[in-house]
Amino acid sequence: MAALGPRAERTRLAAAGARSATEAAMLSGQPLKDVIKGRVFLALLLAALGLALLGLAALVIDAVIDGRSMLSLDLLTNSASRISPETAGYANAIYGTILLIAGVLVMTVPIGVGSAIYLEEYADRTKWWNRAIELNVQNLAAVPSIVYGILGLAFIVRGPLDLGFILFAGSITLSLLVLPTVIIAAREAIRAVPPSIREGSFALGATRLQTVRRQILPAAIPGIATGVILAVSRAAGETAPLLLVGAATFVTFDPTVFGDNGYTALPVMIFNNAKQAQPEFHVLAAAGIVVMLVVILVMNSFAIWLRNRYEQKW
Amino acid sequence: MEARDAIGASRATGAGIRPPRSLQAPSGRYGERAVEGLLALCAVLSIVTTTAIVISLLEPSIEFFREVPIRDFLFGTDWAPTFTPAEFGVLPIVLATMVTTFWGLLVAIPLGIGAAIYLSEYASPRVRKIVKPTLEVLAGVPTVAIGFFALFFLRPLLEDLLPFLPWSGPQAAGVAGLAVGLMIVPIIASLSEDAMSAVPMGLREAGYGLGATRMRVATRIVFPAALSGIVASIVLATSRAVGETMIVLLAAGASPNLTVGFTESVQTMTAFIGQTATGDIATGTITYYTIFAVGLLLFLMTLILNMISIRLVRRFHEAYE
Repeated sequence: MAALGPRAERTRLAAAGARSATEAAMLSGQPLKDVIKGRVFLALLLAALGLALLGLAALVIDAVIDGRSMLSLDLLTNSASRISPETAGYANAIYGTILLIAGVLVMTVPIGVGSAIYLEEYADRTKWWNRAIELNVQNLAAVPSIVYGILGLAFIVRGPLDLGFILFAGSITLSLLVLPTVIIAAREAIRAVPPSIREGSFALGATRLQTVRRQILPAAIPGIATGVILAVSRAAGETAPLLLVGAATFVTFDPTVFGDNGYTALPVMIFNNAKQAQPEFHVLAAAGIVVMLVVILVMNSFAIWLRNRYEQKW
Repeated sequence: MEARDAIGASRATGAGIRPPRSLQAPSGRYGERAVEGLLALCAVLSIVTTTAIVISLLEPSIEFFREVPIRDFLFGTDWAPTFTPAEFGVLPIVLATMVTTFWGLLVAIPLGIGAAIYLSEYASPRVRKIVKPTLEVLAGVPTVAIGFFALFFLRPLLEDLLPFLPWSGPQAAGVAGLAVGLMIVPIIASLSEDAMSAVPMGLREAGYGLGATRMRVATRIVFPAALSGIVASIVLATSRAVGETMIVLLAAGASPNLTVGFTESVQTMTAFIGQTATGDIATGTITYYTIFAVGLLLFLMTLILNMISIRLVRRFHEAYE
């Protein structure tokens, strides 16, 4: 026996074990207990998913039901009113939101894409300052929006920039808020372009800038666009920071970018209406929510469709 | 012609190799360098933003703590900064933030992880292709809409379902918390699903090979393997819940009570900032500084949570990528 050694013994044991396991499986199948447990588990998972979707669907449906009596085109063209909620609308607020968003686009797209290009294409990741920027961007993305409001109040409205409570200050605040989101999305889009594209471009004698402009950016544009649209839709629905930088005032005229007699935005107006005591204002708020949800959900759906549609497999 | 002659001459003399051609760029490429500088400037702006946040929070907070001892602030149980005599004990609003976050997580963790396990382990590719984007779209619902929903739909609904609770007034900490939960479910579901999908197929196949059922593979193999990613998603969602303003401003109320009751009206840290800053307050008053002191505390709380989440994600990426 000693001549066979421990290896043969191990092989024999393994073979025997495998045979008995196979036989046991063939004879018994799956025990009933496990089948039932599996079914219950699956039912729980489906319930979890269903509840989550149901809750969010209820939100949308409730807004439509509560606001249905006000849902008409007048809602988009009538000015705000404190006295007669029945004829009030969101024209000024929608106009304010459009101006705010235009400012956000102008500021975040170049800066966000520029940062992403720098971090992905130029930065040397072994240097601590580049890693610090990366970590910093990740952190900024999760700073509560109201803290950006405080920043806007202390730095932009008052303090160093001292712009006062103007729409442009709101625009800068929202830009700073969504900038990390744009940077992170643009970085992911740029990273998805395979290194072979870069190397091929360099091998043909292109400089780094030429490579970025003619190879990498065109390939990354769908991903960047998705990030930008998601960021814009977030800015469009954001209320809390605007409360701190002056959008809380009640405005019955179309705001201007630099005008210092107050401005407002759609979500802020909805909030103001929801806070009023008379139920007519709640109907108005619900109708406003429907308008806002339609715009934002359409933007988000388009962004995600764009990402899935143009997601390239290299 | 001259050049050819020169080559010919060097060949003829047998000097051999022609002088090496310079590999330097023909011009200084100043444009390239300028663009690199410009791009670096964009990236540095994020550092400027963080510095500005810290300065804008610290400066007024220092003024605040000159008048209010830090001990009274952190451990005081009375919060009445706009009253005379003013009280600056922050505990009631910190506790309120914790209570709403607790209810939010209580809803969002099981729903989010359940949905994630289903999507990653059970759903057919077709179902996943529809449901996952739907969740991502719903993650973009503005929080003012969720706050409205909590105040005018959830609150009456819960009172009908649970009439034995001591309901009073339109606002309740628990209702706001549940609504916060609704807000963070898509975050937990989406990020946890990412983490579970990243678990290598080989681990699942090994499990099936040993005769494990689908449920066992999901709960004993995939779940533990993706745990750090799942925990990271929960931590990130907690940070979102702590920093959420509009839902609690609408649905939790504005009364700084030191209580953990489900039906009681409370004021969270964010709601205090939102409420106080909306009114016209003069710069330089103690009330004005209070906003920044509470903001600083809020910023530090979320910063710690974010750092934990980033670390966990990083560890998870190291393990499988």
